[in-house]
Amino acid sequence: MGLLGMMNLSSWSSCFSQKQASLSGNGRIPHAFFCNRQTLFISRRFESVKADVQLGSLRAAGDPQVLNFPGGIVKFTPELKFLSDFPEERIHCYRVLDGSGQPISNNFVQIDKDVAVKMYKDMVTFQTMDTIFYEAQRQGRISFYVTAIGEEAINIASAAALKMDDIVFPQYREAGVLLWRGFALQEFANQCFGNKGDNGKGRQMPAHYGSNKHNYVTVASTVATQIPHAVGAAYSLKMDGRDACTITYFGDGGTSTGDFHAALNFAAVMEAPVILFCRNNGWAISTPVSDQFRSDGIVVRGQAYGVRSIRVDGNDALAVFSAVHVAREMAISESRPVLIEALTYRAGHHSTSDDSSKYRPIEEIEWWRAAQDPVARFRKWLEGEGWWTAQSEIEIRDHARQEVLHAIQVAEKVDKPAIREIFTDVYDVPPSNLRDQEKSLREAVDRHPQDYPPQFPL
Amino acid sequence: MLKILKQKAVSAPLLRAVVLSSRNYSVSAKQMNVREALNSALDEEMSADHKVFLMGEEVGEYQGAYKVTKGLLQKYGPERVVDTPITEAGFTGIGVGAAYYGLRPVVEFMTFNFAMQAIDHIINSAAKTNYMSSGNISVPIVFRGPNGAAAGVGAQHSQCYAAWYGAIPGLKVLAPYSSEDARGLLKAAIRDPDPVVFLENELLYGEYFPVSEEVLDAGFSIPIGKAKIEKEGKDVSIVAFSKMVGFSLKAAEILAKDGIDAEVINLRSIRPLDRSTINASVRRTNRLVTVEEGFPQHGVGAEICASIVEDSFGYLDAPVERIAGADVPMPYAANLERLALPQVEDIVRAAKRACYRSVPMSAAA
Repeated sequence: MGLLGMMNLSSWSSCFSQKQASLSGNGRIPHAFFCNRQTLFISRRFESVKADVQLGSLRAAGDPQVLNFPGGIVKFTPELKFLSDFPEERIHCYRVLDGSGQPISNNFVQIDKDVAVKMYKDMVTFQTMDTIFYEAQRQGRISFYVTAIGEEAINIASAAALKMDDIVFPQYREAGVLLWRGFALQEFANQCFGNKGDNGKGRQMPAHYGSNKHNYVTVASTVATQIPHAVGAAYSLKMDGRDACTITYFGDGGTSTGDFHAALNFAAVMEAPVILFCRNNGWAISTPVSDQFRSDGIVVRGQAYGVRSIRVDGNDALAVFSAVHVAREMAISESRPVLIEALTYRAGHHSTSDDSSKYRPIEEIEWWRAAQDPVARFRKWLEGEGWWTAQSEIEIRDHARQEVLHAIQVAEKVDKPAIREIFTDVYDVPPSNLRDQEKSLREAVDRHPQDYPPQFPL
Repeated sequence: MLKILKQKAVSAPLLRAVVLSSRNYSVSAKQMNVREALNSALDEEMSADHKVFLMGEEVGEYQGAYKVTKGLLQKYGPERVVDTPITEAGFTGIGVGAAYYGLRPVVEFMTFNFAMQAIDHIINSAAKTNYMSSGNISVPIVFRGPNGAAAGVGAQHSQCYAAWYGAIPGLKVLAPYSSEDARGLLKAAIRDPDPVVFLENELLYGEYFPVSEEVLDAGFSIPIGKAKIEKEGKDVSIVAFSKMVGFSLKAAEILAKDGIDAEVINLRSIRPLDRSTINASVRRTNRLVTVEEGFPQHGVGAEICASIVEDSFGYLDAPVERIAGADVPMPYAANLERLALPQVEDIVRAAKRACYRSVPMSAAA
């Protein structure tokens, strides 16, 4: 379809002698580049184009230094300068609390005690849930689990800055957002055990939560497909005139997909109120970011698409809260997408099917887990505000642990879903072939009860 | 002896065929081509439900790559007729997201060949989602566009995807033939709460068919999952969809001259497949020919054959004949393209073979 067009473009840019407008700020180092005869040929072509311009087409007020190209007025420059591939300094990262939980400025959105304490309690509960569920998988009680250790601040603080009407399109490391919104520990456990109590009817692998009630779109295993979904839903919110946005989460790896590109591009063109939240935790299973992309992380890509973007310290709950709070305002009031890159570290393994010590040093993992623990940092701030004590700490840790263990024990004993749930929801109304299949399945179970476990849920 | 019996019966079936064709279309037969049928269906459904909106390349300003969406941008505005950048994967994902929210997008692919770029969203994000979300998220989306071969467009623009999409639980797959089909099935698809793949045919867009008052009514729709018997017959059942229905009807005319009274079934629906209509037909005629443009292996005909063997084996008087496109990427040269696609003669010969009227083909390698 467009193959020929693409080939022409690359031969242009490889011998592009035409001068580039220099970028203001950032001090990019210019490169001069000549590529011999082809260059001369191209610049001659450009000269003739310049002459053609006088044939009555749009020119800004007779100024020979600019031209109104498709896309807007562009200034010409005699400098043969290429934009740098990498800035001298990486884009700065917004932070509120330093490593010991002390605010480094007043430049953040204030939160009151109730919200702050709920945030902390949920971060602890989330961390506890992840740790114990992970262990449960190791013990063979559930088949699979995904933790978000190290990303508790991203989960809870971003959720706290949103409203319930904002629709969440997660990847799979954002169970904390659902926890903040009120999904019960028992419900998490039911989904992981795939039992009758699972509102997902045992259809999906563990950690693939979803809840209409909490405006949290069901997790799908496909990477980054949720990004264009979030843009489409945001566009729909705009068409409906609703005071809400969508938010979608994805990792550094997910930004390599075609879906990421298309979604960001579309979001800008369609002016969709969506928050695009990238959890840059340094790893995509065993692929470090240096093998994933060569740009300065994700934040610089925003400008490439015409999307406002910001880089924040993902382990700083207050920074994440402020950024999401402001982004939400922008997205809704200005009908625009906003890209947030939260820098953090995946302190756990990719999932229970992964042992990350195989591809990264244990010391590195341990350092991030201990020294950069977002939960500890936020606690220090909370204590500094006089809103948290050592006693409260003991209580919450104990309480969370008891609740999680209890939820697992209960979930383990609940029956699995009934046979009919194999066939429902394939379509809105079960078609005749599925009704026939269910009938023959039941007959088979009746005829051969010895092949099925006792108390097989029918 | 069978041959003699059949020769005697020649005149009666011909008479029946004439009576039937006047019964199928009402007296006030207005002519409408498939393009107009699709355009009017889209227009009426958009007017009836403000949640319906269109997305695709060139659907707006250009009036549609094949002019199916002509006039709709002017009538409904750019918010409801969205011209998309060139990324099938992207705009399909966005359409699915809008459907998750509760809108009813109709996503156009310039051809279903390009939809391969988006097939992950069609299958993993649309077809399976109601099931995976246990009914929490329904996806009332329609994916439409030309499918199968056009004329002289080469291998990457000619593939038929009926068998691919027809295999997926969670999808409904429709293949209209006439203008009546196009109107009724597209309306049903847009109103349906499940994701629907709507396989049109570029060469049929300009073809005119008579349409009755009932078909022209804004409330008209055709039930999904029901095949239509275009021509009744008693000697052999010919099952086809889309353009091949037209070829099969022509083949039936030729066969009638040779004393073979063929029944032509227009599938209309690839998924759900109307097995009961096909089986009932074969139980009457005892012989089956399936016709499709797509590649032969794992095709629609293979599924129909399996269904007959499972449910009506005892009624078959001859092996099932399968007509399909050649097992090669579509060549460009006109003579080669013609040979790579089923032609009317192929259908006639297959029907005769099924009736033991000609020498059987040697088994393919």
